[in-house]
Amino acid sequence: MELVVALAIGVLTASGVWLLLRPRTFQVIAGLSLLSYAVNLFIFSMGRLAIDKEPVVEPGIPQDLLHYTDPLPQALVLTAIVISFAMTGLFLVMLLASRGLSGTDHVDGDKGDA
Amino acid sequence: MIGWLQSAVPHLIVAPILLPLLTAALMLLLGERRRWKALLNVASSVLGLLIAIVLLRWVDSDAVPAVIGVYVPSNWEVPFGIVLVVDRLSALMLVLSGIVGLCSALFSIARWDRAGVHFHPLLQIQLMGLNGAFLTGDLFNLFVFFEVLLAASYGLLLHGSGRARVQAGLHYIAINLLASFLFLIGVSMLYGVTGTLNMADLAQKIPQVAAADRGLLHAAAGVLAIAFLTKAAMWPLNFWLAPAYVAASAPVAALFAIMTKVGVYTVLRLWTLLFSAQAGDSALFGAEVLTYGGLATLAFGALGMLASQQLGRLASFSAIVSAGTLLAAVGFGQAKLTAGALFYLLSSTLAISALFLLIELIDRSRQTQAVLLADEADELPLPPELLQPAHDANLDDEQHALIGKAIPGAVSFLGLSFIACALLIAGLPPLSGFLAKFAMLSALLNPLGLGIASAAERITVAGWTLLGLIIGSGLLSMIALSRSGVRYLWAPQDRPVPHLRVAECVPIVVLLGACVMLTVRADPVMRYAQATADALHDPARYIEAVMSAKPVPSRAAVIGRGG
Repeated sequence: MELVVALAIGVLTASGVWLLLRPRTFQVIAGLSLLSYAVNLFIFSMGRLAIDKEPVVEPGIPQDLLHYTDPLPQALVLTAIVISFAMTGLFLVMLLASRGLSGTDHVDGDKGDA
Repeated sequence: MIGWLQSAVPHLIVAPILLPLLTAALMLLLGERRRWKALLNVASSVLGLLIAIVLLRWVDSDAVPAVIGVYVPSNWEVPFGIVLVVDRLSALMLVLSGIVGLCSALFSIARWDRAGVHFHPLLQIQLMGLNGAFLTGDLFNLFVFFEVLLAASYGLLLHGSGRARVQAGLHYIAINLLASFLFLIGVSMLYGVTGTLNMADLAQKIPQVAAADRGLLHAAAGVLAIAFLTKAAMWPLNFWLAPAYVAASAPVAALFAIMTKVGVYTVLRLWTLLFSAQAGDSALFGAEVLTYGGLATLAFGALGMLASQQLGRLASFSAIVSAGTLLAAVGFGQAKLTAGALFYLLSSTLAISALFLLIELIDRSRQTQAVLLADEADELPLPPELLQPAHDANLDDEQHALIGKAIPGAVSFLGLSFIACALLIAGLPPLSGFLAKFAMLSALLNPLGLGIASAAERITVAGWTLLGLIIGSGLLSMIALSRSGVRYLWAPQDRPVPHLRVAECVPIVVLLGACVMLTVRADPVMRYAQATADALHDPARYIEAVMSAKPVPSRAAVIGRGG
């Protein structure tokens, strides 16, 4: 499972970085979204990957980390998702404003050599 | 009454965050009533500044051990819940952001707050994010406050709209989103290695990290540092800064003068805490990066100032010079040098903020129509013809006596303020910029203090480079600033007298007045900076204060114990 998660994060990051370096604003925003998925998965994996373990205390199960998964990274991911979602939304508005004002979807607003 | 007040002071720690938040929420209810919002903004900023000053006086006592206020907002046990910590450095930054925020709010009343609906709430949210970042003692909470201040800064940067702002904003947001992702990666890696997010707890855990995990720890710190150094505008991560600051409207740019300082603050706070001399195998990790990166930033900024044709770019590059000087000085890890750097931080932030406000007035005085809110960023500098004397000005003293030309009061105000800014930024006497640079140079040459023979302690190559660059950058910025001063304030002839409003002059006077106060009261300020630096380089007291903070016992527990 570690390998699958690691590969997923790697592929998402690589695609995200590649798209981020493209000259079109839409590609940049898609790249940023992919990067945010990769980062969220990465945070999640930092609490160690576990199968069939609860993040909250259940009656009848001994209360130690052997029997539970770490709930804190999951809480962090939740916060990070909300924030990156909001920021991506904001960036989308900027993208449309830039498109409207400059008449092109180039990141520098250039019409010529795009 | 006095006793009640004193017991209330620890609760004031949370006020610098709550006050702007509540003010902004209240402003949203006010809808389109701009006058009320402006009044509320200024009143709230004044109150926030007063609270910051109370906190500063509270932590600046001679008590042993030093007063460090710890506030546990959600009443959890300390390493698990979020803590807010106010020590000398935090209090100093709170006062600084309070002054700059107030001046920005005042300046906006004259005309800029009419360019968009939500200027005042955004400014308050920005202040909330700044104050939160200065106060928090938790790494993830720091991320949240960074996002708060960045989200507000995106809105503020776009204030006034226009193509240049949207274009600069697009780049600014993309860079900052990327930096935020790096921040998250660094934070989660640190959590994965140490199992804690509390900064004081991290500082305790880092010496105990197993040797096999230390590489991962250092990688985490490196990733985190890239995020902070992007915000602190270290070369080569600072190409976003000049376009964004030039595009921003004047009050926003003045407020942004403190944004790079947030990056410097977090580097200073985290680096001295996590990688202090007591951090075992990780002691002083990354010091060279800070020093040499700072030196490169300083050189880049000084050359950029010299190459700038626009006043806005000049001010942006002086912000980069200031950030570079601070990073390089911090990287040396010497308490005396850090103290000088803190003094420099105060003086340069206030001066650059004043310069951004001043630029707006100077630029406007060159326009024949006074009202022009559209973006002026693409404008080229004045053509060289304007640098020639006008035809009726007689400069030939063999034929006629020179005809004196009265300088209008408004122009002389602009000119004098510009000279003050130039002196402060270049670091020439008699103002505080000189004292700050002098303190840093003195600490570089006498690492053990004046009068103590330091033959054993040789000055390193980096030390000499910093010394040379501080002096050299001062010379370059003086050349750049005096050239601009001549071009924009002396050379133009027969232009209409600029119309200045009181609300626009007061913030500049306040900011420059604060620098004059720094000069006059240099001794207590320098003592404070020294105490701050000493505490930073010996974080044991900070760690102890945070870790020993106890949550308030619940009512039920108190009653149970009592009965």
